[in-house]
Amino acid sequence: MNRTLSMTLLVLGGVLLVVSLSVFTVSERERAILFRLGQIVKADYEPGIHFKIPIIHTVQKYDARIQTLDAASVQYQTIELKNVVVDAFVKWRIEDVSDYFVAVGSGDINSRLGQIINDLSRDQFGKRTVQEVVSGDRSEIMRILQERANEVAGDFGVEIVDVRIKRVDLPANVSSSVYGRMEAERTRVAKELRSQGGEEAEKIRAEADKERTIALARAYREAQALRGEGDAIATDIYAQAFGQDAEFYSFYRSLQAYREVLDSGDDLVVIQPDNEFFQYFGRIDGR
Amino acid sequence: MAWNNPGGPGDRNPWRKQEDQGPPDLDELFKKLRERMGKGLGGGSGGGTILLGVFVLILAFWVLSGFYRINEGERGVVLRFGAYQATALPGLRWHVPYPFERVERVNIGRIREAEVGYRSNARTGQKTVVPRESLMLTEDENIIHVEFAVQYRIVDPGAYLFNVLDPEMTLHQVTESAIREVVGKSKMEFILSEGRGVVTAQVQAMVQQLLDGYDTGLQLTRLIMQDAQPPEQVQAAFADAVKAREDKQRLINEAEAYRNEVLPKARGEAARILSDANAYREEVVERAGGEATRFSSVLAEYEKAPEVTRERLYLEALEEVLRRNRKVVIDAEQGNNLFYLPLDQMMGSERVGSSGISRPPSSGNSVTGDEARRVRESSRGREPRR
Repeated sequence: MNRTLSMTLLVLGGVLLVVSLSVFTVSERERAILFRLGQIVKADYEPGIHFKIPIIHTVQKYDARIQTLDAASVQYQTIELKNVVVDAFVKWRIEDVSDYFVAVGSGDINSRLGQIINDLSRDQFGKRTVQEVVSGDRSEIMRILQERANEVAGDFGVEIVDVRIKRVDLPANVSSSVYGRMEAERTRVAKELRSQGGEEAEKIRAEADKERTIALARAYREAQALRGEGDAIATDIYAQAFGQDAEFYSFYRSLQAYREVLDSGDDLVVIQPDNEFFQYFGRIDGR
Repeated sequence: MAWNNPGGPGDRNPWRKQEDQGPPDLDELFKKLRERMGKGLGGGSGGGTILLGVFVLILAFWVLSGFYRINEGERGVVLRFGAYQATALPGLRWHVPYPFERVERVNIGRIREAEVGYRSNARTGQKTVVPRESLMLTEDENIIHVEFAVQYRIVDPGAYLFNVLDPEMTLHQVTESAIREVVGKSKMEFILSEGRGVVTAQVQAMVQQLLDGYDTGLQLTRLIMQDAQPPEQVQAAFADAVKAREDKQRLINEAEAYRNEVLPKARGEAARILSDANAYREEVVERAGGEATRFSSVLAEYEKAPEVTRERLYLEALEEVLRRNRKVVIDAEQGNNLFYLPLDQMMGSERVGSSGISRPPSSGNSVTGDEARRVRESSRGREPRR
């Protein structure tokens, strides 16, 4: 009985060994190629468990996830012969694993992709101005780069998912002159603002002064009109009243004037006693 | 710059390693079993039962090893032979034990954070600026300094685990790229002032779109523009420009203050001029009326007895005038050429004493007082004549 058990276990062990050598798994993150003595047999495995013949078949797996090529900063020349420092990254993944095995194998795909992108970028940047590269055509460039790179990358069994430009900067020595320009621009703006302030302030003051002058002049005009009106009415009243007896008015008014003129008390009046006031001064009968 | 490792044949994938090592482990186990069996054979007849017991125990342990716990906010991704099987929700779960299935945990509740343009030190709380990331060109070819904080979380655990190598790094790269693209399309003034919200929204939309394009399983919950300012080198000039704006406003305000001071005053002055004129008009008319009435009254009386009245008026007037003033009465009809009057001396000496010649007999203080008042009144009455 013991012998039977040990035999069973031995057989079981043998079976397990064979099974373990003849299965392989492919994870969600991977692509696998099955070789028969170095020749590709199958490359389109779904994730999960799969079978092979031990020793005769070998399996090679590659990462199927999107990977990143973060290229080094490169200087490109734009159409106006200005240099720009460009940082870009490429998102790629293995699309056809057998092509990839043939073209790249265990080699370095990144340097090849880098060269491709570099070449395409130089071409694209060379056709555009800094302005276009920085703002206008940035997404256009990225799209073109992705499309073109994809065409070439197909040979490697690689799909270029995306090409993204990160940095487009001016070289350090140019940056400092940009700072200089920005500073000058701000100074200009500041001066402009200050003198605009002065301008507007002066306008407001002048306007205020103008309004004051006009207001006063207008008031003066009306005032003079009123005074004239008053004088006219008064004159009319006098004329009507005094016209009743002009001779008496003259007499009456003269007396008033004497009082008025000689009212200080400091005046010295030199009189001959032969006028009417003194008519009784010398003679009793007034003659 | 580092080139990333491609998935070459030399790739050390943990998953693969486990897969390769799985079967040998089992082999070893069986070898041990066989050894024990041999010992059992030598030991006695009960060996078979013990062996069976050990086998059952091992089986039990194996089955139990399939239990696992998923915490709140986590998801478990169950893989059968590396293939995606299911997503496990929080709670106590069981999977077919090794080597058939395994579970990878992903925390989908936690909000993660990435920083672009700066790095903050979690321990000290200090912020270090990364100029390489923070300085960028704007549309008008100015250089601006911006800092962004990205908050995100994992929404699709499967996509997060399987689609992209290093999703966090991808997020960082994508954010940096999107920020530069949006800033590159905006004018500096705009970014610094009213454009903050617009820029942030555009960057957020772009980042999310790219992340979805790569199917990273990540979702931005928030993108925050931490800082946006001109670079250090030109900040003084920018600050001065801002000050200039204030100065402009100040100058205008001062001028307006001047206007507000001057105009009401001028209006007041104008009103005063008009009032004065109105007053004058009324005054002149009233006075004229008064004088006319007075004259008319006198005239009416005069006409009743012209001669006597005339005489009386004349004498009264002269009386008043002469009483008030000093006078010299000279009866010099003949030979007035010889006559000499020291008028200047008389004028001067009068201040000290009265001249002896002629002050008419006056009835003292009371008369003088009354007289003075009357004179003053009458003189005022006559004043407006021009």
